[in-house]
Amino acid sequence: MTTDALKLLAPTRRAFLKGAGSVGALALTIGFTWAGTTRRAAASAAAAQGAPFAPNAFLRVGADDSVTVIAKHLEMGQGSYTGIATVLAEELDADWTRVRVESAPADAKRYANLAFGMQGTGGSSAMANSWEQLRDAGAKGRAMLLAAAARDWHVPVAELTVEKGIVYHAASKRQGSFGSLVRTAATLPVPAQVTLKDPKSFALIGHYPARVDVPAKVDGSAQFTLDVVLPGMLVALLKRPPLFGAKARSFDATAAKGIDGVVNVVQVPAGVAVIAKSFWAAKLGRDALVVEWDDSQAEKRSSSALLAEYRRLAEQPGLAARKDGDAAQAIASAAHQLSASYEFPYLAHAPMEPLDAVVKLSASGCEIWAGDQFQTVDQKNAASAAGLDPQQVTIHTLYAGGSFGRRANPVSDYIVEAVSIAKAHGADGTPIKLQWTREDDIHGGLYRPMYFHKLEAGLSGKGELVGWRHHIVGQSIMADTFMAPMMIKNGIDPTSVEGAATIAYAIPNISVELSTVKNGVPVLWWRVVGSSHTSFAVEAFIDEVAHAAGSDGYTFRRKLLEHEPRMKAVLELAAEKAGWSSSPMPPMGPTGKSRGRGIAVAEAFKTLVAQVAEVSVDDAGHVRVDRVVCAVDCGTPINPDIITAQMEGGIGFALGAVMYGAITLKDGHVEQSNFNSYRVLRMNEMPKVEVYIVPSTAPPTGVGEPGVAPLGPAVANAIFAATGKRIHVLPFPSGTAA
Amino acid sequence: MSTSFVLNGKPTTLDADPTMPLLWAVRELAGLTGTKFGCGMALCGACTVHLDGQAIRSCVMPLSGVAGRQVTTIEGLQSPSAKAVQAAWIALQVPQCGYCQSGQVMSATALLEKNAAPSDADIDAAMSGNICRCGTYQRIRAAIHAASQSIKA
Repeated sequence: MTTDALKLLAPTRRAFLKGAGSVGALALTIGFTWAGTTRRAAASAAAAQGAPFAPNAFLRVGADDSVTVIAKHLEMGQGSYTGIATVLAEELDADWTRVRVESAPADAKRYANLAFGMQGTGGSSAMANSWEQLRDAGAKGRAMLLAAAARDWHVPVAELTVEKGIVYHAASKRQGSFGSLVRTAATLPVPAQVTLKDPKSFALIGHYPARVDVPAKVDGSAQFTLDVVLPGMLVALLKRPPLFGAKARSFDATAAKGIDGVVNVVQVPAGVAVIAKSFWAAKLGRDALVVEWDDSQAEKRSSSALLAEYRRLAEQPGLAARKDGDAAQAIASAAHQLSASYEFPYLAHAPMEPLDAVVKLSASGCEIWAGDQFQTVDQKNAASAAGLDPQQVTIHTLYAGGSFGRRANPVSDYIVEAVSIAKAHGADGTPIKLQWTREDDIHGGLYRPMYFHKLEAGLSGKGELVGWRHHIVGQSIMADTFMAPMMIKNGIDPTSVEGAATIAYAIPNISVELSTVKNGVPVLWWRVVGSSHTSFAVEAFIDEVAHAAGSDGYTFRRKLLEHEPRMKAVLELAAEKAGWSSSPMPPMGPTGKSRGRGIAVAEAFKTLVAQVAEVSVDDAGHVRVDRVVCAVDCGTPINPDIITAQMEGGIGFALGAVMYGAITLKDGHVEQSNFNSYRVLRMNEMPKVEVYIVPSTAPPTGVGEPGVAPLGPAVANAIFAATGKRIHVLPFPSGTAA
Repeated sequence: MSTSFVLNGKPTTLDADPTMPLLWAVRELAGLTGTKFGCGMALCGACTVHLDGQAIRSCVMPLSGVAGRQVTTIEGLQSPSAKAVQAAWIALQVPQCGYCQSGQVMSATALLEKNAAPSDADIDAAMSGNICRCGTYQRIRAAIHAASQSIKA
């Protein structure tokens, strides 16, 4: 971590905030905003009328003992609501069964992600950025409830104890629930300083508090954007151009308007929308709509042609993302040289809930209901589309039916579409729900970029890795977005090289280069972002190097990680639990199937994950992943069951992608359209997953994404162990899928 | 044109285009939003309901196809198998984003109604039409086995 390029991979918060401020759109009052005197007085008056105790932006305690935690992060499956509530409730000493979570409004002053300087969820940052903030919020709430009991009962605060939402005074045998204390608590000042708990006394953190969202997700009552119903609401479907970059030139709505239930057909920048009284009418209307497209500015190339250009660029020098020593010279003079290339396709996120948003737009304001992941950006983009100020845009954040990054995008595509449609319909206050279909989703762009990686390595006569060259070619996610000025330095988009420029192995000569291309295919981060491809290239190639050095993948990596104790420890834990330390090969499986075991390790968003995959390959080449052993170090484990679930889920998500995932273009047209042509993992393909969490008292880091990173290379390395065949093109060749 | 059928035990008549998929009739006309839209082509199972006790994909079943028949949605689940499935889903903390889970619960319930002690292969056969992008499959499998045990107990 010595080069300037690497420093940008972890921009300081200050630099980030400065950059964010420079775009002029983001409110940046960072930190914990406590109620001032005036608000306290108001709160006091409200408390006298039976209103709850709300000492800060994240907590409300009701006279009925309810504890409401306000979540500034989207719940999209990753467990953020439960994690957030766990941290606050721990310091509050709340009764977990009385804890509820509600989503925060869009308000960057109070609810900024401290890692971003604006409100939004991503980069597996929810727990890491909330940790101190929510512990402080809970501890201050607790201190005020204790102070209230001391005042009401005329006893010293020091003699009070709290457990599960009840305050006790042993000497006088008095006790009172939080609810009984809120009236007094609301009149008290917020303490400036509080002492946080000793982690040894945690009763929720590190334990297994049940997820707050599970019951409603088991009986159908959980509310997603799809489920929003407002009086007079209409449903819109948007016909988008068949090529990226094309625009509607003209349209004929005669047939669409003949469909019973179709109310209006309007042109917006993104296409032509059919607005109807029901989804089905809107769907039939859109099917009947005739649009003539202007494709003069459209991307008309095939992905194979784009990739050919990437290959050519890989043979020319790129921009340096890391340069330690002289890798070219070291490899040229090494006893053995190795090289390999890896190809990664565009990938769609395909969350189960197709994108949707409800917008109620009038001349004075815009109200949005969505599984919103990027509130501050969406507020600004919605305001811009509506011709309003960001402050006039209200966002109700609902549960999102998955995202994997798709709902947080710099152009707010689905939000802006919905606002544009409401505006074109007259901005008359009619609520309109924009609903994407699955085909809209698969065709909709903002894909994980396609990449080409070229790697070279040199081994000494003793099998030591003396040089490593890595050249990455692909589109930049950050380029041409509001994030570019603060994130792209010296032409390097850190999301293109993270996981490659940060390679942790002790290699004396390292060169990592980037060639950034531009084309008309819209791209975006996808679960685990850069490491979704860099981790594969690094961990598959290091395995090739290990094999050439006559070592096994585990032993070879371990030797190169002596200076990285945490990464080495997760690697060792995975190897031990998988039985690798006794034999690199797994036990034999059914007759006629070759078996193999592969290992990989990665760091993503400061979380370390190692995985060992075991596969069976039959004579026809069909691969089955039988078992994945996963070790994770994410600092203090806040909720071990959610960490386990995120590793299990990340493994399933990644396995589907490496086995089947690909968006391809033919003459600019996306060739996939639904789950038949864009295949994802299904029940019968899910391996047995075992997860082991490294005990830690370090500050917590994220778990939503990192489990994805090592899975692909671990499986590819296992396939090599079973068959002797390396995989250099993703997804795996058809025929390797069982 | 109206279509009459039994929805969650109640005689129901919906006045709608008979080609409208049952999914949208149930969601937008009957107001039962637990059944989800995922693909519109019977590829993902998010819209699974029971038709005369069989798990079907409501996104491709025209409303006319259920005339005179019994439709059960997630809101209408009452059988011991269904309750066992939902209890196991909570005990094993199955859902993540939760969007596919109504469909998963419906498919799992239909399986257990027919086969109270399914093998892993039976579970694969019954559940592979239900996609979960969050990858909760391992817990779904474990929860079905747990529900099966609780029914037998």
